[in-house]
Amino acid sequence: MAFASPTLRLTQTQYRTIVAHCYDGLPDEACGMLVGPVLANGEPTGVASEARPCRNADASAVTFTVDPKDMLGAMRAAEARGQEIVGVWHSHTHTDAYPSPTDVRSAVDPNWMYVIVSLRVGAPVLRAFRIRSDQIAEIPVAIDRG
Amino acid sequence: MSVEVKLPTVLRTHTDGRPSVAVEGSTVGEVFQALTARYPGLTGNLLADSGELHKFVNVYKDDDDIRYLEGLDTKVADGDVLTVMPAVAGG
Repeated sequence: MAFASPTLRLTQTQYRTIVAHCYDGLPDEACGMLVGPVLANGEPTGVASEARPCRNADASAVTFTVDPKDMLGAMRAAEARGQEIVGVWHSHTHTDAYPSPTDVRSAVDPNWMYVIVSLRVGAPVLRAFRIRSDQIAEIPVAIDRG
Repeated sequence: MSVEVKLPTVLRTHTDGRPSVAVEGSTVGEVFQALTARYPGLTGNLLADSGELHKFVNVYKDDDDIRYLEGLDTKVADGDVLTVMPAVAGG
């Protein structure tokens, strides 16, 4: 797929923040926003400066809606850094780490990276995707020290 | 009244890439009217056919969701900031 890039680069701390928030959210889905730098064309570089846990306004095990107030906080955090929101992450409590039809239908920004953490089996599985025009492309994930 | 409207990245294709736009108006509805007159591509993204705020959009006046104020009739003052955000959801 032409848009199967960039590599999402998370620090170990960010990775742990995301996974811990997903477990904390059980039995409901958990969600959060990624803040990071973008290129002149709006494409994310793949680096995440912040992984911001947000509340799931749906409080549901099968759907999520990022609490708008938390979204506002993420937008302000991005602006303060001179960066943008570059993605969203959420958990799948009982299914694989792959975008559901609802995820594809709800994907709001073609430039975002969509991260899904599956808690279906013993160990969490984190994968990342781009979603454009209902097409899904998986992107690599690198967990860096930090 | 000059109000700053901040837009999410996904809507900036309609504002020549501008992340924020200064617009005149005394209510959110008037601000959006002026904004969409200048950038018509935003219309269907901000407002439903009924003229109400699009259900997939959230608008904050400073720290307050306008749906919990007076919606599009919410008054704005000089220097207020309106932040437009997409509803981010999935399953």
